[in-house]
Amino acid sequence: MSDIAIRVEGVGKHYRLGAGGDADSMREAITMAAGRFARRLIGRGEPPRPKREFWALDNVSFEVKKGDVVGIVGHNGAGKSTLLKILSRITDPTTGRVDIWGRLGSLLEVGTGFHPELTGRENIFLNGAILGMTFQEIKSKFDEIVAFSELEDFLDTPVKRYSSGMYVRLAFSVAAHLQPEILIVDEVLAVGDMKFQNKCMGKMKDVATQGRTVLFVSHNMGAVSSMCTRGLVLDHGRVHSVCTANEAVAAYLELMNEKAKGELSERTDREGDGKVRVVAIQVTTESGKPPNTVATGERVRFEVTVDRPVAEMNCLLMLADNHGQRIIGLRNNPEGDDDRVDPSLGNKLVCVVDDFPLASGQYRIDCELWSQNNHQHDSIKAASLLTVVGGTVRGRLVRQPIRHAPVVPPHQWTLPL
Amino acid sequence: MSETESTISVASESTTSQRPPDVTILPRKGWQPVDLGELWRFRHLLWLFSLRDVTVRYKQTVLGGLWALIQPLLQVVVFTLFFGKLMGLEERLGEYEGRAVPYAVFVLTGQIVWGYFASLVNASANSMLGNANILRKIYLPRLIIPLSAGGAPTVDTLIGFGLLLIVMLYYAQPFTLLLILAPLALLMTMIVAQAVGIMLSALIVKYRDFRFVVPFMIQLWFYVTPVIYPKHIVPEKYQMLLYLNPMAGVVDVFRALVLGGTLNLNELMVSVGITVVMLVIAVFYFARTERRFADIS
Repeated sequence: MSDIAIRVEGVGKHYRLGAGGDADSMREAITMAAGRFARRLIGRGEPPRPKREFWALDNVSFEVKKGDVVGIVGHNGAGKSTLLKILSRITDPTTGRVDIWGRLGSLLEVGTGFHPELTGRENIFLNGAILGMTFQEIKSKFDEIVAFSELEDFLDTPVKRYSSGMYVRLAFSVAAHLQPEILIVDEVLAVGDMKFQNKCMGKMKDVATQGRTVLFVSHNMGAVSSMCTRGLVLDHGRVHSVCTANEAVAAYLELMNEKAKGELSERTDREGDGKVRVVAIQVTTESGKPPNTVATGERVRFEVTVDRPVAEMNCLLMLADNHGQRIIGLRNNPEGDDDRVDPSLGNKLVCVVDDFPLASGQYRIDCELWSQNNHQHDSIKAASLLTVVGGTVRGRLVRQPIRHAPVVPPHQWTLPL
Repeated sequence: MSETESTISVASESTTSQRPPDVTILPRKGWQPVDLGELWRFRHLLWLFSLRDVTVRYKQTVLGGLWALIQPLLQVVVFTLFFGKLMGLEERLGEYEGRAVPYAVFVLTGQIVWGYFASLVNASANSMLGNANILRKIYLPRLIIPLSAGGAPTVDTLIGFGLLLIVMLYYAQPFTLLLILAPLALLMTMIVAQAVGIMLSALIVKYRDFRFVVPFMIQLWFYVTPVIYPKHIVPEKYQMLLYLNPMAGVVDVFRALVLGGTLNLNELMVSVGITVVMLVIAVFYFARTERRFADIS
């Protein structure tokens, strides 16, 4: 019996970057051709410049059984998106072979092909067809899609008049009714308001329990361990491990921790335009503990060093626990008067937290830099690690988390006896 | 890596009991045939994309579809005034099939075909870049994109064709049975335009420079096509060269069918032959570039 849905064998994807590779403009093509011709004419001369090239995927092999819900995890640039693009046939592999049994549908974004001038109704048909539904399928599911989106009253309004929430709801409703035998999803769930997100998660779980095969890329480790049965960990374009979802989450977090130990300024697993980069994050206390070690309840100083200071920059620090769940967010506010300015800091941003509320354990620091107009300069996960040891919160001794609850804010009890 | 290797060995053992896969993805190299069957299976998408372009084109415009009438009408007025009267082309028109054809009718027949060609080439050439956001996120036979770009220009042209019939009535031109075949000449225009448009759409993805080439090329092509002037003002010895331009042949055929002339079969054959060659080259080049589209756009 055939029980395999996808088989990937030795798949590699090679990219060439910048000059020396493929010509990006005609001028380049002409100069390159002229260069080749000249070299042939003289019979010698400089060889072409070495190409900057890399393998986004390198000899990737794995198998997905029918009915598996596979969570694909890995750091930025590990090759997750490239793998999805190859499986969805958006781009060709450079080497290897992929065999697929069954109809495959992919959702790499919600609302692909939505046109702002078209009405909700028109967009449902267009988007459905782009996602691979037949006209009959869309027609038979139309009422269901509309009901799911809760946008009955706005069906004949151009979607450009929709709020972003409405837009996403309509887009997801179409996507949620795509029912191929194999579904490929790229983190499209992180959209919409909470209520709708929960509805979407419910729908996704339905799909997963209907015996459909699902490949799901996510940075949300909670979603991966709750929804997936299998896990695939990618690291630098190679398969790190194929295992159960929970093992994959653990392996991924372990990998993250490994990376956090490396030199921050040399890491390449980043996102953003790179105008400003975080080069170091240091966490210190007044008690003189080793770097990046603090005690619960202490006054903790976070120092983010950037390669060049920019005015009105938005810096986000997120602390995540060892399940990958972010539990504390710190963000400066260039618009308000809450932030102080101190030119003597040079290229450092400093955030101080009194009565540090995390109980003892290992935590991860994610950092993002944004411009005032919501342009991402830098984003790096597990930029640094933080070890918290037991301490006192306003005189109250907190040795360890209470029943795994990691946050202990300053508090005061009053008892009757 | 040991786990991965074990997966591979399991895979090869189970191969024998497995039915053949529905889809196999392999690296493609060099020239490849185009999967026409797949294109046919996606025809509803072709239709929907065309419909989208037509719908979007006239939404939010006050005059809507009237623009499809206003444009050729104004062009004909300007052409008749400047080329017909001031430059005296009207007098050099001579007799067409033994009767005098008004310059306005003559130039409108040319302009319908030429306008169709120009707007279709333009739409088709820019379609791949225009739909890049879709093409980077979903798989579909990419040839659908330039093909569906032809929808809106086709609707405009059919409206323009209606205008032509009205203008012919106004000038009391005789209608012949050949007129029924005129849409075939428009179909041929579409094929010539797509051959050029598909080629350019692939070139534009690869070399952005071609975006600047398109309007310039269409402009020059206009002058070597007998739209505003009759073919016979070109010296006899150069007329053969005119045949090499398939648009010259198409404009000629359309005029003959609408105005009731005689078909120059030799010229028609040359045009069709050149068009077929152009189309085949364009489609193969497109298929070759298309597979790297998501990487280079």
